[in-house]
Amino acid sequence: MLEILLDATVRAGTPILFATLGAIINERAGIINLGIEGLMLIGALSGFAATFSSGSLLLGVVSAFVAAFIAGSIHALITVQLRGNQIVSGLALTMFGIGVTALFGRGVVGQTIDGFERHAVPLLSQLPVVGKAFFNQNGLIYFSFLLVAFIWFFFYHTRWGLNLRTIGENPAAADACGIAVNRYRFLAVACGSGLVGIGGAYLSLASTPMWIENMTAGRGWIAVALVIFASWSSVRALFGAYLFGGITAMQLRFQAMGTTVSAHVLQMLPYVFTIVVLVISTIRLQKGASQQPENLGLPYDREDRK
Amino acid sequence: MKKLLALLTMLALFTAGCTNEQKPVEPAAKATAQPAAAKQIKAGFIYVGPVGDAGWTWSHDQGRIEMEKAAYVAPSTYIESVPEGAESARVINGLVQKGHNLIFTTSFGYMDATLDVASKNKDVIFMHCSGYKSAENVGTYFGRMYEPRYLSGIIAGKMTKTNSIGYVAAFPIPEVIRGINAFTLGVRSVNPQAVVKVVWTQTWFDPGVERDAADSLLDVGADVLTMHQDAPATLQAAEARNAYVIGYNSDNRKFAPNAFLTAPIWNWGSIYTKTAEEVQNGTWKTAQIWSGMKEDLVQLAPLSEKVPAAVKQLVEEKRKAIVAGSLHPFSGPLKDQTGKEAVAAGVTLDDGALLGMNWFVEGVQGTIPQ
Repeated sequence: MLEILLDATVRAGTPILFATLGAIINERAGIINLGIEGLMLIGALSGFAATFSSGSLLLGVVSAFVAAFIAGSIHALITVQLRGNQIVSGLALTMFGIGVTALFGRGVVGQTIDGFERHAVPLLSQLPVVGKAFFNQNGLIYFSFLLVAFIWFFFYHTRWGLNLRTIGENPAAADACGIAVNRYRFLAVACGSGLVGIGGAYLSLASTPMWIENMTAGRGWIAVALVIFASWSSVRALFGAYLFGGITAMQLRFQAMGTTVSAHVLQMLPYVFTIVVLVISTIRLQKGASQQPENLGLPYDREDRK
Repeated sequence: MKKLLALLTMLALFTAGCTNEQKPVEPAAKATAQPAAAKQIKAGFIYVGPVGDAGWTWSHDQGRIEMEKAAYVAPSTYIESVPEGAESARVINGLVQKGHNLIFTTSFGYMDATLDVASKNKDVIFMHCSGYKSAENVGTYFGRMYEPRYLSGIIAGKMTKTNSIGYVAAFPIPEVIRGINAFTLGVRSVNPQAVVKVVWTQTWFDPGVERDAADSLLDVGADVLTMHQDAPATLQAAEARNAYVIGYNSDNRKFAPNAFLTAPIWNWGSIYTKTAEEVQNGTWKTAQIWSGMKEDLVQLAPLSEKVPAAVKQLVEEKRKAIVAGSLHPFSGPLKDQTGKEAVAAGVTLDDGALLGMNWFVEGVQGTIPQ
């Protein structure tokens, strides 16, 4: 039972994980991105459409990244180059994503593809309890493991990661050190958005291999909240995404097993959990223990010295 | 102040974007074919979801397209993804302002808004789907989906080997509960040992959660699934795990070519065409329509090759009996979930009891959150 539950947890948590990782990269550079939901949809549609026309899942994932990268570049252009309001631009990006995917998705509604399938890792998949959940999954899930490790490594063990974190904390200081603030920010927003797009593609290529309008059903907003829960760390994002996926998976399985616990109580769990997380993060914020980038949400203008 | 203004602009854009109105193109040929004196039906539709949902809204849109085939119906308008509740009144009113004379509001949550707009526009005819309030110029319509659900239950009961059948259900409201009960009665009429396990998703549309709910039922041994959801995720789950599945809303077998057995489906075109015809003739009168297989508003999709000939024959016999009125799924004796007699022998539940149904019949495993 535990094995099945863990397996379902990983599968339900992965799309949120990709989106949260993408959002973390955005915010580490100091740019708030509320366009996650829209970017996921853009990724889901372009990934599905590319796989549908080419038959290649890899091409689907690549186009999801590229499409969301391009859409994210619009956000980057507005917030980094033009120093526009990040909240407004992000919300606009979500609405743009919903609308544009509805429009261009008409042609592939009701089409089917062969989605990602499980591939067991030799030996590791034989491990008790965790074997099936972590090592008998599809390629995208393995990719997400690598990504979590890579992002952690990037932030804390590379010069570029250090530069990016510095920009999020204090862009003026970074600028004084000769770091190209705007170039870093632009790339962080665009690449982060690309990862969000892969999160969307997970839904349309692995979870439910099809395209339906609005198929992300609010997962992008969960990712936005999880960034705070994860306190801008890729490793904690993994736990946050799995916790969220796990609670949903658990309440469905309790029902299927025929427990007598009221379904309402079970369905409350994800939301109770969200509130608890918010309370904990807020307390940490007040204690000054927050990892929030100092300059999050503020545009940087070299001329505008403080 | 600037920020506030910007936000307001965004909000305005958002609401405008949401209503995403379709501009009908006037086909010249159709217009010239009209006799000059005849009244043109200009119909408008309010949809709760996107036409691309491959489910509920899609089935309504198919009905709209069928209605447009009638010569006296002008190209119709539809507005997608309209949020339920008071806000929808603005959108409905917009259709009235643009000269629509027949308006269909296709979700329960538009009920009060429909009546509100209708009370101020007596010359426009409104049809509200699935509600219980009507007025002089507001009729209601819905289908007895429990009839094909019962038939699909017979197939599930015959096809299951584990005697465990899974039901992915949206919300614990009478419409859904009635479907679960009718399905279970169909199952138990041919297989008294089988149980129907219910999982509530608390959403009409979330492919990921629906898929997970279906997987959770397969995990506990269900080998036939069915659902009351708007996305075809349950079909994909069954296909991936070599189980059988019974769809819903429309004939969505392409999502599960091997697993698909049949689906209880809507045929809204029949009622839309009939209503347009009545309005055209001037014979339309307000009514609360609740039609079944006899009127062809609900159907059972063609059965798959996997269903044995003997079962096909049995289903066909039962279908004829329901259409003829000699078989009613909710005829007593019926027991409730605890085994207590709920409907006495010789008694058939009336429409009131069916529309307010909030209990499970024997054979359902699951709870109705109170």
